[in-house]
Formats: sequence, structure tokens, C-alpha cells
Amino acid sequence: MSRIFIAGLGAVSPAGWNVAALRGALDKGEPLPVQSLERPGWAKPLPVRLVPNPSVRPEFLTHPRLRRTSPITHYVVASALEATARLRANRDPKFRLGLVVCLQSGCVNYSCRFYEETLKDPATASPLLFPETVYAAPASHLAAVLGNISLASSLVGDPATFLQGISLGAQWLEENRVDACLVIGAEETNWILADALWHLERSAVLTAGAGAVCLCREPELSAGVELAAITDAHTYSTRNSRTQAARSMRNQLGKSSSRELLCDGLENSPRADAPELAAWRDWTGPRVSPKRILGEGLMAAAAWQCVVACAATAGGQFTAANVSLVGSNQQAIGARFVRVDSGISHLSAGKSPGNIRS
Amino acid sequence: MLFPTTSSPQAPPRVVITGAGIITALGLGWKPNAEGFRAGRTAFRPATLFDVSRQRAKNAAEVDLPAALPPTRLSAKQIARFDRAASLLLLATHEAWQQSGWEPMENLPLVLGTTAGGMSFGEAYFRQAVRTPRDYRHQPTRAVHYQPQVQARTVLEALGSNGPITIVSNACASGSNAIGHAWELIRYGQAERALAGGYDALTELVFSGFDALQALSTTTCRPFDARRDGLALGEGAAVVALETFESARRRDAPILGELIGYGTSIDHHHLTQPHPQGDTTLTVMKQACATAGVTADDIDYLNAHGTGTVLNDSSEALAISHWAGRRAATLPVSSTKASIGHLLGAAGAIEAVICLMTLCEQWLPPEMLFETPDPACNFPIVHKPRDARVNVVLSNSFGFGGVNASLILRRWT
Repeated sequence: MSRIFIAGLGAVSPAGWNVAALRGALDKGEPLPVQSLERPGWAKPLPVRLVPNPSVRPEFLTHPRLRRTSPITHYVVASALEATARLRANRDPKFRLGLVVCLQSGCVNYSCRFYEETLKDPATASPLLFPETVYAAPASHLAAVLGNISLASSLVGDPATFLQGISLGAQWLEENRVDACLVIGAEETNWILADALWHLERSAVLTAGAGAVCLCREPELSAGVELAAITDAHTYSTRNSRTQAARSMRNQLGKSSSRELLCDGLENSPRADAPELAAWRDWTGPRVSPKRILGEGLMAAAAWQCVVACAATAGGQFTAANVSLVGSNQQAIGARFVRVDSGISHLSAGKSPGNIRS
Repeated sequence: MLFPTTSSPQAPPRVVITGAGIITALGLGWKPNAEGFRAGRTAFRPATLFDVSRQRAKNAAEVDLPAALPPTRLSAKQIARFDRAASLLLLATHEAWQQSGWEPMENLPLVLGTTAGGMSFGEAYFRQAVRTPRDYRHQPTRAVHYQPQVQARTVLEALGSNGPITIVSNACASGSNAIGHAWELIRYGQAERALAGGYDALTELVFSGFDALQALSTTTCRPFDARRDGLALGEGAAVVALETFESARRRDAPILGELIGYGTSIDHHHLTQPHPQGDTTLTVMKQACATAGVTADDIDYLNAHGTGTVLNDSSEALAISHWAGRRAATLPVSSTKASIGHLLGAAGAIEAVICLMTLCEQWLPPEMLFETPDPACNFPIVHKPRDARVNVVLSNSFGFGGVNASLILRRWT
């Protein structure tokens, strides 16, 4: 059994285009402002938190493969570049990078645009849009930008799938099929997705972005954090309710010390939060709930939870951080990240993990 | 635990296939499909599922769904929420399950490939939201059942089972990747059994997309033919029951074949076009051979990705020629997409089951409409029905976005 370390983190969120912006928003502890998204044919707009335009146009957007890409690809690439910054600085040309991109809704912008054109007249529907509708498009574009990705997969599922992605990346590393592996959770938003979320959870505020965790096997590449555990995937069924699955996940993570952080998925939605609240009822330690500040980012939000947990652990304030992912309709999975005492933190420069409620 | 996993066995176990389900436009189940592929029948007809009057291409390989789905543990209410894709998936899974002889179980991994999942729900949602925005009827149900993991969960419930679900969406390599991923789960000791496969139903968005790209044939789908002019779309599902040989032996289960090799990588060349020389195709065929411990000389039949597009087939032909070397001159190759079209996320799984058929029944599936070989093909295309000695087969799958995958299966004797 190999040890799996965290080599870097990246994030794009409604707070901005890097991990520091994400953590800054959590430090403030105030929910980000909500914007309105027009819903065609309906006077009342939909609440969303949009990713702000970057203050400076990212250089990577000049890459020829990114000319016609939709926002989700921009988020994936930006988070990946941030998470691999140190690795790319000392790159051996033979360095093999793996890539797992996890999505729940995926490329909704171009899917809606292309289908709208199809309904109007399929004879004039744009061939430029269709390839960007596939789930695998962001991974493909990122592979072209980075150039050294040798193994890639796109996984679809509810947000707990992000930890399946981490598990797959760890497996590839253990099998020595790659030297490092990027695991990215990403989403983009548009009115149809906000509309769908409104039907399912009226109090949720949709948002978008990406979170990236770069895994490695070599301790010298570690940023001071290592993966300690990922629970089983506790799949929901008629015999295993979301509440039961969340409890099983929590039990599998075991008892934790008061010096550990809990990074949960609570979002101020009584119905959606109930199973997770019940599972962690006995938790008395510090906890952080990124979705309460940032919004419902689906797979991106799951990735942010892991990014925040890793950053907080690397910062040295906690010996470990637990991540609780109680997905919407598939599974509950939890994880624990621990500090590598001998490693040097490159992630957080000693900042607090943000919005911690003790 | 997903991590750390229990220690890997020193020698990975042999992984065998004890059940297979297949649904295509040639029929529902192994028998009609085996008869159809053996004879090289084609299943294309004018598309009826949506209006194609304004599309360039007019034909597709549609499945005739049965009047009723097989009895399972699902309620009538659950069945009523099925779209075409979920029905295809349930039919294929049910056949594989019955053939395997498995009993309901907990912790049974289900690994599926799909490109569209429940896209028909997504399309219906969009149309209603645009045309009658104040009408909410059925919208919450569509928003949930659009998601492939929900369809997968329902299918596991139909079998009285539960377990981790993995949905792989690497475009048209998804089905092969799903089977390869399940194979790895078993080889590395994370599961003793797994269900794996792929499914996709025809949808208006996808048909229109390939038509807009002018990738669809307006004549006849003829993979590797010099006069080919594009692919044809189909729909269907295929699922295999994988388990360790030890597990199958313990219960004295009939074995259909052995999965012995898997390779996968990503082509950086272009979002929709393969590298012209098929570099990544070559890589994954070599990887699959290396894991299987075989060479091109050991392969008795190659089921090509062979979409019928100009670029795919020339790239794949170059890669096969390079990989096979002198063996290419005698290596039988065909693309069964000539019979049932391109099944996208299901294609790799469907073609794995067709490979199983060739191993179990000792024949090769022909492309009956193939006439003039592309100059890049220096291997024989099977174009007439024939029996053959088939012990080891290789199946290729490539997807938009560049993920390539190869599987190698061996006859069980």
C-alpha cells in the first residue's frame, strides 16, 4: 500500500479564480451576494452566484483548443494550472500525469444552446457547439493544454463521486500507471440548471466553478498533506436511505480528535441537510460548511470541500480534516486528510481554514 | 474502504465472464443478435423517434422495445419512470444477471458507460421549460431521472442488489472503459464480482449533433470501405457479469470467456478527430496486449472501432497495420457498426459481447456491404459470413475527447 500525498490544490469559485479567493470568502464567513438569472418566460428571476470575470484575462485562454470552449472548461483548466503549478515548474518530459474529471451536470451551456438551435431548425444547428456538449470535453481540452496527460477519465454522478475520483486517482498511482494525478470536480451554470435545482430544492442557490486536487506518490512532491482514508461508497436504495448511508459513512470514518476539522456539505436547506446533520450530531470539533458561503456548486462544491480540508490541514492548524459528502441521489462517501509532519506546507501559508465554527 | 484498499493479491486473479446481456436493433438478447451478426444483417431503417425531415441523414438503427419489461423487484411506478435508455439498460442487465445465476447481493459494483444517460428526460424538460414555462408537471421527475446514476441505482434495485455505482463518460470509449474499470476492480482485489457495460438510446440532440458535423452517412455505413461517407447511429445496451475464476469455479458456473487485457490512454490531437497516424490507438492496443501477455500474432479477430468516417477508419487502419506488423496481412478485422450503427457509450460494451459470441460460437461477424478496401487497410476485412477458429480477440473503442480503449478476451475451454 503506497502513501498518497497532496501535491497541489486549485479552485475557481464565485469567490474568484484561485484557492486564496475561496479561502478568503470562507474566512469572512458571510454568504456571497446572490445575483439574478433571467428565466425565459417567467418574470421572477432565479437566484445564482456567478463566477466573477477574472480581473485579467487568463493567458491560457489563448491556447487554440480553448477558443470556443464553454465556461466549465475554463474553470477546469484554471484550477488544474493552479494545482499543478509546482509540478509544472520542474517538469520532467517523461512525467506522466493522470486526470479524473468529475461532473454532475457537465456542459449544460452548449447543450442547451445546441438543442435550442436543433428545435428551431436542425439544418442550421451549429457543428461548433455539439462537440462541446459531451461530458468528456473539459478533460480533452485540459489534456491538450497540459500535454503530458497519459491517462484520463470523466466520471458522472452525484457530488460524492468526487471522492470516487480521488480513489481512482490513488489507484492509478498505486499501480504506477501515472506519476501524479489531477482530480477535478467542475460545473457551469445556466438558467435551465438553476430552474431544475429550484424544482428540487427551493432554498438552494446554484453556483459554478471547479476544484482540483493533485495527488502524488512521492513524499518530496507533497504539499504537507496526505490522504488517510476514503470510506466505502454507501449507495442509497430503498433499503439504505440517505440518512442511513450518511450514518454508515460517518461511522466508517471513526472517532476523531478535537484537533480535527470537519468540512461538511451543509447548505442551510433543512430537508437536504437533515441526513448529514444527523450523521454528525455527535461532532463537537470545529467545522466549516463551504456551501453556506458559496452556494450549491454540485460537483464543484464537493471538490471545494476537499480543497478547503487539505488547505486547512496543510496550514498546520489541524492535524487532520474530515470531508463529508452526502450526495443528492447516489451515495454518501467520506474522507480524511492528515498533515504530513515532516513535509513543508505550500498550500496555505498559515492562514486559517475559514468560517470555522467551534 | 475505497482507500486504503485491502492489500492487492500477489498475482491478480483471472477474471471471467459468466453472464452477458445485449440489446440492439438486431434484437433483444444473445440469440437474435448472434444470428444477426453471424449473418451480417443490417438493422437500419428510417428514424421514427423524432423528426429527421430537416436532417441530412434519415436512417438509424432503432430498437423495438418489448411491450413489457421483464418482471423484477421494481414497482409499476418505478417502471413508469423509465425512458428508452433505462429500458435498454434494464433489459441487458436482466439478461446478464439471469445468465450469471447470481443471487441478490450487497456491495455489487455496477460500472456503466454512457454518453447521454437519460437525455430524453433532459430534452423533454427543456422543451417544456421553453414552450410552457409555467407548467411544472413532470419537471422534478425529469430533473432527477435525467441523471445516469439514478438509472443505474434503479437497475440495481430491480435485481434486489446494492453496491457502488461508477458512471464513466469518456464519450464513445465509455463502454470499454467501464468494463476495463470493473476488470481492474476485481484484479486488484476490490471486488470479487462486478456488473459492467454501457447503454445509450437515440436522442434528437445527439442525432442532430452528428448530422450537423456531417459525420452521418447519407448512403450506407461502410467502415473501412474506400467509398465510406460516414457513420450511422444506433441504440442499445450491453452488460457483462464479471467475476474471479475462483468465484465462478466455486459455484460451478458456466463461463462464457475470460477478459485478459485492457489498455486505455488519451489522444491530445483534437476534440473530435483522431491523430492521423493513430498513435494513441497503437498505444492502447500495445497496453492491452502487454496486460494480456499476448502479441498481435495471438489475436484471431479484431473488432475495430470502425465508425465509417473517413478520418477514424484511416487512422485506425494505420494503427492496426503498424501494431500487427506482418500479422496484419492475415488478421481478420471487421466493424460491427456496419450492422447496428454506432451506439456511442454502449458501443464498447456491445462489441465486447459480440467478441464473446465469436469466442463461444466460433464465427466472425462480416460487413456484408463492404466492397472496396481503403488503401490504408493492409488487413482483410471480414465481408462474408464464415466460421473460424477464434481463441483470442481484441476490441477497439475511441471517443470524442480522445480517450481510447482496447479490450482483449480469450475463449474459455
